[in-house]
Amino acid sequence: MWEQIRANKRNSIILLVLMAVCLMVVGYVIGIAFAGPDAGFFGIIIATAIWLVLLAVSFAGGDQILLATSKAVPVTHDVHPQLFNVVEEMTIAANLPKMPKVYIINDPAPNAFATGRKPETASVAVTAGLLARLNRDELQGVVAHEVSHILHRDILFVTLAGIMLGSIVLISQVFLRGMFYSSMMGSRRRYSGGSSGGGQAQALFMLIAIIAAILAPIFAYLLYFALSRRREYLADAGGVRLTRYPEGLASALEKIANDPAPQLASANKVTAPMYIANPLKGKKQRKLSDLTSTHPPISERVRILRNMSRGASFKDYSDSYSQTVGAGSVMPASALKESESVEIRHPGEKPKKSISAQKQMRQVGDIMRRVNQFTFLTCACGLQMKIPPNYKPKNVSCPRCKRNLELPKAGGKPL
Amino acid sequence: MVALIIVGVILVLLIIFVIGIYNALVRLRNQVDNAWSQIDVQLKRRHDLIPNLVETAKGYMEHERGTFEAITEARSKAMGAKTVSEASQAEGGLSDALSKFMLVVENYPDLKANQNFLSLQEELTSTENKIAFARQGYNDQVLFFNNKIQMFPSNIIANSFNFTSRDFFEIESAEEREVPKVSF
Repeated sequence: MWEQIRANKRNSIILLVLMAVCLMVVGYVIGIAFAGPDAGFFGIIIATAIWLVLLAVSFAGGDQILLATSKAVPVTHDVHPQLFNVVEEMTIAANLPKMPKVYIINDPAPNAFATGRKPETASVAVTAGLLARLNRDELQGVVAHEVSHILHRDILFVTLAGIMLGSIVLISQVFLRGMFYSSMMGSRRRYSGGSSGGGQAQALFMLIAIIAAILAPIFAYLLYFALSRRREYLADAGGVRLTRYPEGLASALEKIANDPAPQLASANKVTAPMYIANPLKGKKQRKLSDLTSTHPPISERVRILRNMSRGASFKDYSDSYSQTVGAGSVMPASALKESESVEIRHPGEKPKKSISAQKQMRQVGDIMRRVNQFTFLTCACGLQMKIPPNYKPKNVSCPRCKRNLELPKAGGKPL
Repeated sequence: MVALIIVGVILVLLIIFVIGIYNALVRLRNQVDNAWSQIDVQLKRRHDLIPNLVETAKGYMEHERGTFEAITEARSKAMGAKTVSEASQAEGGLSDALSKFMLVVENYPDLKANQNFLSLQEELTSTENKIAFARQGYNDQVLFFNNKIQMFPSNIIANSFNFTSRDFFEIESAEEREVPKVSF
């Protein structure tokens, strides 16, 4: 366990250093391109300054920004007791110092993510679509996956790398757009000065800068994605070790992959690696070797999980991985030395009968209404009413039997 | 003079060594106690949930008095348990009674549709899971502690300061203990 965390930290540092080099190179080249050979270091300083500002912002409230851009709403136990309980269970299993805050995203697409810099201030967010589709064991599998992201400090890495990536993209974009517009304006000012030789060198640097500005973000993306794929496997292994039930996560992933709902509305390219499954649905099925995919193919993750017949420890996952993929291990060798046997437990409940798509959509709507503090009131005639929070009168008449009903006071338990 | 200094140094080193082991033992014992309190919270929660569950179900299942009595009895037995080994046995009995009750519930569709009952059932399931996960952590701690107490040289210090080994918390239900029968 600790080996796992240490190895992750080391990888994160290597990755961050590489990305920092990338940032410096971009800053240096652009600096030279704009203001001559002496301005390279000035460019580095500016690039670093931009990065530091973004870093400070992300450390001050990066998780809040991410949660806000994902349109996640904090919820209490009463809104969705099962979700809350499952998060609590996984907190105990993972021995986290504090229970992560629970958020629900109002979106019918099933997905989930975790964020926060430290385990003490972490948050777990799931979509309403996920809650409507999964049974208890599956939800537990997903939450365990997210909690092991928290446990492995993956969220810190995602925040740092995401910000670094963001600054590289930002600088390159500003430069390229600036280039584009200044060439449209026909800016002659820059070349009118110096000798013709200097102008040539300047033009050459300009070309290099353009190439660097195009290539650097791509390179940074590839680095970011490569490590985020690996992290997904590790989080799967960690999650299974917590629940001791690989089938739960496997069938949850399968349901997420086969879901017909449109892609998550609030996800974007930078936040995509945070989610348990890639929220951006491509038009075509991506190939296994695709360098730009943020997640390993779900079918492969499911196969690895289903192959774990002997136990639920890291070693069992690693064995199943090498058997299924035919490649070496995803785990750091030191993590496998800790010999432990973790038995697979029995399923907690019978698989839910598959319910119709229409009923599922209605459940999604109900979860969203609960998040938005609607009052649920059942009339004596059996009709259930969902009353919005901005409905002011104290009484409501049932639309079917015309009975006059009193609204429960706000803050009461909706039991 | 030199001999005296050597003896003094050895003595001081020995004292430091003993203090180190003693402190390690105390730390491990505290960790075991802490892990136990985690389980205890969940066990108490389970004991608190059961009367509500029985009360809700009673109206629907008038003919199942035996099941209710079994649960109530198992609960009071579990609440009266003093030691860890007593508790693990009594809690195992309670788990058995509850799982029998849940099987009986399958015959009462009205009860299964009751919102109140459903939320109680969810709380109970969650509590059982929390007990299971907390148990894992507790048993790991007990294993560390017992190993330390029984191994040389810490066993000498453990014996002289009265550190006693702790019991594992194993909830075994009667069904799991049975050997699966094969019938032809």
